[in-house]
Amino acid sequence: MAQPSEYLLELTGMRKAFPGVLATDNVDLKIRPGEVHALLGENGAGKSTLVKMIYGILKPDAGEIKFNGKAVNIKAPAHARELGIAMVFQHFSLFDSLTVVENISLGMDHASSMRELAEQITEVSQRYGLPLDPDRHVYTLSVGERQRIEIIRCLLQEPKLLIMDEPTSVLTPQEVEKLFVTLRRLGEEGLAILYISHKLDEIKALCHDATILRLGKKVATVSVDKESTGSLAAMMMGEEMQAFQHPEKPILGDIRLKAKNLNMVAKDPLGISLKDINLLVHSGEVVGIAGVAGNGQDELLTALNGEHLTESGSIIIEGEQVGHLGPNKRRLMGMASVPEKRLGHGAMPDMNLIDNAFLTSYERLDFINHGFIDYGKTEQYANKVIKDFSVKTPNAEVPAASLSGGNLQKFIMGREFDQNPNILIVSQPTWGVDAGAAQTIREAIRKMASKGAAVLVISQDLDELMEISDRMGAICGGVLSSFYPIEEITVEKMGLLMAGVSLDDSVTDDVRDNANNDITNKSNQNAT
Amino acid sequence: MEILVAAILTIITAATPLLFAALGELVTEKSGVLNLGVEGMMVMGAIVGFAAVHFSGSATVAIFASMVAGASMAAIFGVLVLVFHASQVPTGLALTIFGIGLSALVGQGMIGVAYDGIPQLHIPVISDIPVIGEIFFSQDGLVYLSIFMVFAVMWFMNKTRAGLILRAVGDSHDAAHAMGYSVLKIRFLAVIFGGAMAGVGGAYLSLAYSPLWVEQMTAGRGWIALALVVFASWKVRRVLMGAYLFGGISILQLHAQALGIAVPSQVMSMLPYLATILVLVIISRDRSKIKLNAPASLGKPFHASR
Repeated sequence: MAQPSEYLLELTGMRKAFPGVLATDNVDLKIRPGEVHALLGENGAGKSTLVKMIYGILKPDAGEIKFNGKAVNIKAPAHARELGIAMVFQHFSLFDSLTVVENISLGMDHASSMRELAEQITEVSQRYGLPLDPDRHVYTLSVGERQRIEIIRCLLQEPKLLIMDEPTSVLTPQEVEKLFVTLRRLGEEGLAILYISHKLDEIKALCHDATILRLGKKVATVSVDKESTGSLAAMMMGEEMQAFQHPEKPILGDIRLKAKNLNMVAKDPLGISLKDINLLVHSGEVVGIAGVAGNGQDELLTALNGEHLTESGSIIIEGEQVGHLGPNKRRLMGMASVPEKRLGHGAMPDMNLIDNAFLTSYERLDFINHGFIDYGKTEQYANKVIKDFSVKTPNAEVPAASLSGGNLQKFIMGREFDQNPNILIVSQPTWGVDAGAAQTIREAIRKMASKGAAVLVISQDLDELMEISDRMGAICGGVLSSFYPIEEITVEKMGLLMAGVSLDDSVTDDVRDNANNDITNKSNQNAT
Repeated sequence: MEILVAAILTIITAATPLLFAALGELVTEKSGVLNLGVEGMMVMGAIVGFAAVHFSGSATVAIFASMVAGASMAAIFGVLVLVFHASQVPTGLALTIFGIGLSALVGQGMIGVAYDGIPQLHIPVISDIPVIGEIFFSQDGLVYLSIFMVFAVMWFMNKTRAGLILRAVGDSHDAAHAMGYSVLKIRFLAVIFGGAMAGVGGAYLSLAYSPLWVEQMTAGRGWIALALVVFASWKVRRVLMGAYLFGGISILQLHAQALGIAVPSQVMSMLPYLATILVLVIISRDRSKIKLNAPASLGKPFHASR
């Protein structure tokens, strides 16, 4: 045996280059047993690359990994698991059509029989407060429950180090709280946790030490207690974070968009039906709808923008009943929308930017000339969008799929914004977009409202919504909550709304405790 | 009674090739690969099996030869689709066209050659029991093999770890890859199995159903087998049901003629294909059913780099 070391995991000089990018460069990291260590950095800072090297998915170009004081060359995930390293991915590696126990079995290197495994799952889930039924099919589970599968799968292998890649991005605040209780308990039992995040308050609440990465390089390793959220952010961003100034109370104009008792039965068996949605958006305001993924956001967007037709009176634009009109007719009335999925919904991946610009704007901007496409005008428009939103692309003739996520999002946003819509519906405006582009997009959204548009933003990013909205509500299981002015909104209140709890009734502690169960039950009912 | 027994016996012979091919395609599709070359693999199995029995005189050799022929065709498909990332649909169609052409070439000298058909089981006394003996104990080995394969595939899919991994790969190849399973290897094996089964299915036609070689003698059965997999919503037990149902429809024409029903024989010959179209239309109406049962990664290419 090697001499005992104070550290469970020691990384020195880790380096990995991809064609054209140096993803991580000379990064050191040390974790003690029982320590919850944060790995902090913006998108693209090299966090994922670093942990993929620890977990054996990527091979480092240079650097040394010591585990338990012994130098190791981790060749594959199975090898990492053998050493005692487990990882919960940001995007779950789950199989929808299989059951919980089958899923967990697939992730185990030494599988016992299904029955034994089911018993072990039940035992671990009870011990750590992670309720989960082994025989359920994954597609019937909520996101929080899916994450529990991953965590339990890791715990069953009795790891020494647990890597968690942005585990809270898909959870409600209450689910996050529960997860933290579990993680703290695991830490007390001696498990080291490497916690990847860019959410500073979570790191303050959970972690002991933090290693901060920026542009592939290590900035510092600090003790979290001794730092403020601001100083951590400064190290992460490389400059003092510019707080977004929440605008003055908007001057509300007329009601531009209205949904009245909107019901829509989901055609997709895994979809969510909309139930009695009531919604008002005035000219000049930004209305935010929060919610955990898969609670009817897509359905709401497609009902409002006309991709799915509903009863004519259930959607009203500028006083006219439009529920039965398709997207083009609604566009002509001044509605623009940006869906969550960029490639394949917001843009055609293999078509170039000019064609993509044409597709949603030709009617409103009159790009058709005697039945033929007016390419000159369309190209001008595409170039205007590229310039206005500083989209990084060699020219307008590259396929949409070749743009990075952030740039494509800027282009799609710009394509809709530059049509000067009266009504703008945006879903997940900054999902997977880097901080700079996200800032541009948020400012553009506010600007649309100040120019008099009625703006509806559907997002899973609560911080973002609280930053840009004037009024907020949440969607849960296809039911829309009431809306509250931003001054009355707190994270806790939003958490309850996202869990489908009404704030108008007196909220007892009982209800709060049940909030998490509620949300899972709701989404289950809808999934089945 | 005699007519009924005769009908059942012909249903069995009509159903068996469909059952083999559909079982193989089910396993292939469960792994996430859509191989539309079933017809081509079947017809190659038919000619190679027939040629093998002609030259070796052994039905066993012929059956193995047909498996190898089907599997080799599948291997071509597998390499193109899995290694070179060729699009699955056109590659499968090309495989069918290639198989039909190649089998005609190989079979040039076989036209008009006679063969007695593979031997049928005969257990003294038991096989002689009227009706039951005739139906259950007087079939050829391939019929028993096809039924055995139904249960073997069912057991493999639902009870073994390898089957679980196969289903997982078909459900989400990215997740399976992230867990360290070799998606391409598993898919390649599934494709090969599908080919071997299609090969035997084809051989059943040229060795037992009508023991001779005729160009394009599979006559669209590969397509029916493909439709059967969808019809069965990727469930093994329903493939068995479906194969016998289609077998029943396809022998209707023979018995209708025997009974002197005045329907043009061309119309009767159309029946299995019409039934296929009809069933697919009906099933496709309920998209939710397909969505819940179809392997989620079906037909999607997998690139390990991502």
